[in-house]
Amino acid sequence: MSSLQTLDVRQRSATTSPSPSIRSTVEVAKLIDISKCIGCKACQVACGEWNDIRDVVGQNVGVYDNPSDLTANTWTVMRFTERETEGGKLEWLIRKDGCMHCSDPGCLKACPSPGAIVQYANGIVDFVEEHCIGCGFCITGCPFNIPRISKRDNKAYKCTLCSDRVSVGMEPACVKTCPTGAITFGSKQDMVEHAAERVQDLKERGYQNAGLYDPKGVGGTHVMYVLQHADVPQIYHGLPRDPHVSSLVSLWKGAFKPLALFAMGAAVLAGFFHYVKVGPNDVDDGENKQREKLPAELGREER
Amino acid sequence: MSVDPSAQIERYTDRERMNHWLVAILFVLVALSGLSLFHPALFWLSNLFGGGPWTRILHPFLGVAAVAAFFFEMVRFWGDNRLQEHDRQWLRQWRDVLANREDKLPEMGRYNAGQKVLFWVMVVCMIVLLLTGVVFWRPWFADSFPVFLVRLATLVHAAVATILILGIIIHIYAAIWTKGSFRAMMRGTVSTRWAMKHHRAWAQEKIKQG
Repeated sequence: MSSLQTLDVRQRSATTSPSPSIRSTVEVAKLIDISKCIGCKACQVACGEWNDIRDVVGQNVGVYDNPSDLTANTWTVMRFTERETEGGKLEWLIRKDGCMHCSDPGCLKACPSPGAIVQYANGIVDFVEEHCIGCGFCITGCPFNIPRISKRDNKAYKCTLCSDRVSVGMEPACVKTCPTGAITFGSKQDMVEHAAERVQDLKERGYQNAGLYDPKGVGGTHVMYVLQHADVPQIYHGLPRDPHVSSLVSLWKGAFKPLALFAMGAAVLAGFFHYVKVGPNDVDDGENKQREKLPAELGREER
Repeated sequence: MSVDPSAQIERYTDRERMNHWLVAILFVLVALSGLSLFHPALFWLSNLFGGGPWTRILHPFLGVAAVAAFFFEMVRFWGDNRLQEHDRQWLRQWRDVLANREDKLPEMGRYNAGQKVLFWVMVVCMIVLLLTGVVFWRPWFADSFPVFLVRLATLVHAAVATILILGIIIHIYAAIWTKGSFRAMMRGTVSTRWAMKHHRAWAQEKIKQG
């Protein structure tokens, strides 16, 4: 997606000055209610349709996950987990995986190319592929293992939250197509409120640990889940319990970056001023040559 | 015995000089391309390499070439850079070094203690940069490593590159500061006077050899 003029920009990769952001927009969010999902994959199909991407026909790996992972051509994928409950019953957990659109996006923090990743004022994190250089730092920065680099063009791709649709007042394609209403879209506040009702409902139906997944470690997300078992998100195909941008990435792209540049500049300046103050160490210039006592010294050392 | 103080002594052979400058050119290219991907303020440097994607493509290949060229230099100069007791004394007197009071310092062989320390810093940095660089080299190798290792390697790569660049800034300044050393690396020779002042033990050995 290219940077959409109708959406103001909150932050931009590899940019240390403010982005154009005089307007404030309502923060949006997509809410995925896992308790309502039937795993039909209509959202996967709608995603491919709207974004005009087709993955290659792959191999069946023995589970319903198809394709078996996110790719540059598959921006969302259903993750199926079969689980036995305490009562010995089968529980089928189906999580629609894809970009979480973090408020504090690790991909954007790690990206070295100015404007290749933008976060719009409404919270959507978008890759601008024409500025992507294919370094994969977004993968390094992402706490959810989402971005994929295309083997064809070496550009990184992921869910755009249909920023092109959202910018003209439409809901994302996956939301539009979901037959059970498991995926809803709106302002983040409305989604949080809607989730609270759903959580209440689930609790009344016996899911004591139902809850909203809007992890604070990444500043909250603009794709949220209603989980039946919010106390153990990792059972949903490894959904991280407390995701945050790795401290290694924060150090690298945080304090270290300006400090290293400062140290290099300081070293050059120190050299310059040393030269100004102490001057060159020059044995061959005329003045030193006249004070020469070299042959005598040499004779002595030869003994 | 009288020695003409202006007589020239060979310090670097043709091969050593060409090897050094090959490493130097490659280092500058690797450093500039690396810096352009390190700090947004320096991203414009990627224009020197044909834009962002080309910088990303070229940097690791230039890096491998620099390490390969450096390997020969390392083997060549390894023996001359062993740290000895008098080197410790030289390092303790760093204030005299900086103040050009060379007469107070212990006699040095082919390399002084500062040069030796820099040599080992470069050897260690080059090895670490090569190993960590491979871990996040896309699209070839990065996918074979767990993401934790990729993150660690990226941070270590940046930190060690900073140390190496600082070392090279000192190296370049030392050549500007100590007149005659740049010529030594360009044309291969130094005056006997220069050699006696900066590397007396080495100069005496060279004179003895004739």
